[in-house]
Amino acid sequence: MAYEIKLDIFEGPLDLLLYLIKKNEIDIYDIPIALITRQYLEYIEMLRSLNLDLAGEFLVLAATLLHIKSRLLLPVEEDPSTQDEEDPRAELVRQLLDYQAFKEAALELDRRPVLERDVFTRLCPVAEPNDPEDPEVFVEMDVFDLVRAFQQIFTRLDKADMIEIEAEEMSLADRINEIMDRLMERKHLTFTELIGARTDRRWILYTFLALLELMKLRMIKAYQSESYGAIRLFLAVE
Amino acid sequence: MEQKKAIIEALVFASEAPLSVERIADILTGEEKALISQALQELVGDYEERKGGIYLQAVAGGYQFRTSPDLSTWVKKLRAAKPVGVSPAALETLAIIAYRQPVVKADIDRFRGVDAAGALRGLLDKKLVRIVGRKDVPGKPILYGTTRKFLEVFNLQDLSALPTLRELKELQE
Repeated sequence: MAYEIKLDIFEGPLDLLLYLIKKNEIDIYDIPIALITRQYLEYIEMLRSLNLDLAGEFLVLAATLLHIKSRLLLPVEEDPSTQDEEDPRAELVRQLLDYQAFKEAALELDRRPVLERDVFTRLCPVAEPNDPEDPEVFVEMDVFDLVRAFQQIFTRLDKADMIEIEAEEMSLADRINEIMDRLMERKHLTFTELIGARTDRRWILYTFLALLELMKLRMIKAYQSESYGAIRLFLAVE
Repeated sequence: MEQKKAIIEALVFASEAPLSVERIADILTGEEKALISQALQELVGDYEERKGGIYLQAVAGGYQFRTSPDLSTWVKKLRAAKPVGVSPAALETLAIIAYRQPVVKADIDRFRGVDAAGALRGLLDKKLVRIVGRKDVPGKPILYGTTRKFLEVFNLQDLSALPTLRELKELQE
C-alpha cells in the first residue's frame, strides 16, 4: 500500500521561491537567477530523494527558471528595435509580488478575530439557504445532470403507491411537440410542471426522452440553481 | 432616546443574524435611520467601556453581540466546538477571491502558482465563497466571489473594511 505524504511547509512553487529569496536576502527586483535556480533545483532534488511526490507545478517553475536563465545568457542584441525588450525576469517578479501580497492578505485574515475560533455569538439555529441578498445563479446543466434528476424521480416513484393503468397511445414525437408548444406559450417551465400530477412511468419516460432529444438538438436549454434544485427549461431559440 | 436605545439593544440581542439599521427602522416604524445608527454607536461605546465578556460588533452590514476574543479559551470549552479549520492554502485562495472578485479559477491558479480546485471546493462547501456568475469570454468560466458569511466569519463590516493590498505591503516593510 502506498502512502501519500503531503508536504505542508510550502504552499507551492512561488512560496518556495519567496522563501529562497528571503533566506538569501535578495532584492526581489534583481534576482540572481543562476543562484536561485541552483538552490531551487537542489531543493526539489532533496524533496525527491525523500521520496515525496512533488506537485507538477514545482517542475513547471523549475522549467521557467531555466528558461529565464538561458535567455539571460544570450548576448543582448544591438538592434534598436529590440531595445525595449523586457527583462526576462520581469514576469516572474510580477508574479512573485502578487503572490506575496495575497500571502500577506491571507495572514491578515487569519489574524482577525474569527467567528467560532476567537469570538462567538449566541447559539442560534443556522438559517442559511434562503439568503434574500444572494440572487439565484443558474448553472447550465448537461445531459448527465438530467439523467440523475430522472433517477431521483424514479426512486421516489418506487416508494409511492402506484396503480397500474392501461397504457395509452403516445409517441415520442407527440410529446416533443407538446413540450415545444408549452414552452412557446410560457417561455420557461420547470421540470416538475412538465411532469404534472401524472405518475405513470410511461409518461415520465417519454417526457425524459423528449427532453434528451430536444437538448441534443439544441432546441431547449436546462438550468438549475443548485444541486437537486428545480430544473428550469428554456427555449434555446426565441 | 434612552427608551429607543433599550429597544434597539433588545432587538439586536434577540436577532439570529447581524441586525441591519434598515431592519430596525422597519420595526421602529418612522424612526430615522440616522438616529438608529447613533443609538447603535452609543451602544457599541457602552459595551466597549464596560470591558465585559461581550461586545457589540458591526459585522456583515449589521450589528451583533459577540464574545470578547480574549475569552475564546473558555467559550470553546462550553461549545466543545470543532475549530473552524481553514488551511493556509484555503486562506490564500480566499484572500485572492476577496480582493479580486469576481474572479475566475484560472486567475486564482495563476496568482498562487498551483491548482486551486481543492481549496475552492472546500471554501464553497463552507459557504465562504459562492458562484456569482459566468465571465463573458469563450468557455464562459465560472466567476467566484465572497459571501455574507465570509464577512461574518472574519468580523468584517463590509468588503471595504479589508485593508488594501498596498496597506498590507507597507505593514510588511
